[in-house]
Amino acid sequence: MTLWISRLVTRLAPALAAAALALVPVASQAAGGGYPLDHFPKSKLTDQAGLQNGAKLFSNYCLGCHSLGLMRYNRLTDLGLTEQQIRENLMFTGTKVGDPMRIAMAPSDAKEWFGALPPDLSVTARARSSHDGSGSDWLYTYLRSYYRDATRATGWNNAVFANVGMPHVLFELQGSRGVTIEEIRASKGEDGKTTGFTKTVVSFDSNGQRTETVEKITTGHPHEGSTIKLGPAVGGKLTQAQYDEQIADLVAFLTYVSDPSAKTRTTLGTYVLLFLAFFTGLAWWLNREYWKDIK
Amino acid sequence: MAAEKKIETTGLLGWIDQRFPLTANYKAHLSEYYAPKNFNFWYFFGSLAMLVLVIQIVTGIFLTMHYKPDAARAFESVEYIMRDVPWGWLVRYMHSTGASAFFVVVYLHMFRGLIYGSYRKPRELLWIFGCLIFLVLMAEAFFGYLLPWGQMSYWGAQVIVNLFSAIPFIGPELSVWIRGDYVVGDATLNRFFAFHVIAIPLVLLGLVAAHILALHEVGSNNPDGIEIKKNKDAQGRPLDGIPFHPYYTVHDILGVAVFLMIFSAVVFLAPEMGGYFLEFNNFIPADPLKTPAHIAPVWYFTPYYSILRAITGEFLIFGLIPFLLFYLAVVWMSRTKFLSKLIAAAAVGALIVGFFLFDAKFWGVVAMGASVMIFFAMPWIDNSPVKSIRYRPDWHKAVYAVFVVIFVVLGYFGVQAPSAIGERISQACTLLYFGFFLFMPWWSAMGEPKPVPERVTFAPH
Repeated sequence: MTLWISRLVTRLAPALAAAALALVPVASQAAGGGYPLDHFPKSKLTDQAGLQNGAKLFSNYCLGCHSLGLMRYNRLTDLGLTEQQIRENLMFTGTKVGDPMRIAMAPSDAKEWFGALPPDLSVTARARSSHDGSGSDWLYTYLRSYYRDATRATGWNNAVFANVGMPHVLFELQGSRGVTIEEIRASKGEDGKTTGFTKTVVSFDSNGQRTETVEKITTGHPHEGSTIKLGPAVGGKLTQAQYDEQIADLVAFLTYVSDPSAKTRTTLGTYVLLFLAFFTGLAWWLNREYWKDIK
Repeated sequence: MAAEKKIETTGLLGWIDQRFPLTANYKAHLSEYYAPKNFNFWYFFGSLAMLVLVIQIVTGIFLTMHYKPDAARAFESVEYIMRDVPWGWLVRYMHSTGASAFFVVVYLHMFRGLIYGSYRKPRELLWIFGCLIFLVLMAEAFFGYLLPWGQMSYWGAQVIVNLFSAIPFIGPELSVWIRGDYVVGDATLNRFFAFHVIAIPLVLLGLVAAHILALHEVGSNNPDGIEIKKNKDAQGRPLDGIPFHPYYTVHDILGVAVFLMIFSAVVFLAPEMGGYFLEFNNFIPADPLKTPAHIAPVWYFTPYYSILRAITGEFLIFGLIPFLLFYLAVVWMSRTKFLSKLIAAAAVGALIVGFFLFDAKFWGVVAMGASVMIFFAMPWIDNSPVKSIRYRPDWHKAVYAVFVVIFVVLGYFGVQAPSAIGERISQACTLLYFGFFLFMPWWSAMGEPKPVPERVTFAPH
């Protein structure tokens, strides 16, 4: 029952807040959306084995470049790990278990190698939230939307984060995929009036080779806009379902890291609300008894 | 030694009362302060504002123990509080939710004042103290919002401080003086911290004390807008008044309980409140080189922010000038003293000349300031023969309803990214907003008020 209340309120609150201000999503254009976000499976947040797996994935694939500087290693005992396990499986040599999860790479090297400092990911799962979806949804979609693009220096591009600086680090797991990007634009005459529509189709195959076709649309009622369709992944160690599962674990871990007290908070919150409900009853009764005097 | 004071108490209390007016104050402000017995739902928000003030001060003290007002460490120190300080997350979420709760409660408290005419004679000073509290609260919230040093903190402060640069002649120097730097930086953070944790709270507490003293001097208004002091019993106690303690203390405890339920639901289960209480962008550390695509203040400032954005060069000429001329025509045709008419004409003339002399941005700032300050005028622009909305003509209720809708619509467009349609609607709402106040001397006196009863309406519980 208690869990049910907390879930209900957690779900209702953003909706209420949004409804209070507007029924329309706020600033979705400004957030730079476009590619529709998939829903991160929230049940992963309470799956301890999954969270531990996420921590391991992070340590293996991400922690080389991305720090979690606001998070200490020994806090990961929250996930049911012992300090011994943390030391043996997740840490680099030379760090202490009470240290924050920093990276060994010097910022100046990182700038030279990648052109930019790979960001710290401690609160990314919160910072990437928008009115299009939670930060977890964004991460979950982003990490599953890489495609080959030989025109980019890294050889990779992303449907959610166009021209992203990071290559597809999890490529060996997912494999590579192609993409088809369809864009319909109105062509305008010198007087600014729409004279017709053109459809540009850019596609990359799973090796990143680019082809482009442009055609004029003569039939139907076209609307301006673009759609991105990712192709199937080839050459990965995992099937798509397995890969999605791994990413869900990784995103669950990052979501946990972004607000480590969240679980304690919601559990405690439910008891606080139950107490306050009782207290409200008491206050109501006290008030009624006193006010019997007032005629 | 001076003659002994005459007191009724004995023992320790007597010893104190000889030296300090403890019992006298307890009686004056609690057990023998008579409040009307017909308070309704709207009368919870004064005591709730006090509660939120206490929550903010207590949680603020604990946050100050761990927070670092340093541009290089501020963001990190907030996350340190959230992660490494025992119960730090609770204290921080209570403080961040408390900021929004403060405005919710204060807006409802002000709305109560508006609909029941609580600002009218003899409560003008009480109202003025309240308006000052509102102004100071806005400053407090603004200074505090910079402290987490996220992107929205930083750029919000940048935008607001830049507004001062729109002031003719002294503007640019003034904004540098406020920031202590050419852009918002470490110097700005340090001074904002000083204002947020000591300067403004001191003023706020002083004003709250003055607000309550003024209230207890003139006595509370009530939903009927009747002076309960007109009908007294043989001992000089108002017939419709009841001692604040215990009747309203137990009543307010009930209000507190319900409020705490809602407050805790947010703190524990949805502290970001869908991005409205804690903005998503503020989880990105401040970066002076990266301007966010869309900068919006927190929800409680957005109605005024909308008014600021509504003032464009075009709107000054095609919106405000006709509006001001119409206002002047109404003043001129009314039965106002000739001198007042002249003053109004001079003011409107000066404004119109000013519209051509100075940038629209400056007038935006003026309009935003005016939209907040105009509340001060309430005691002198309401000419209705009755105080409470209950006994005013029915269409007055519609006017107030429209005002509320305008306020919400302005707030809505204040969070939105600028758009052509949003700008037009905000401009229309800006005119209606000012129209509500500027034409109040006339519309409030129009219509047939309903008969006001001699005694308050009250049904025993």
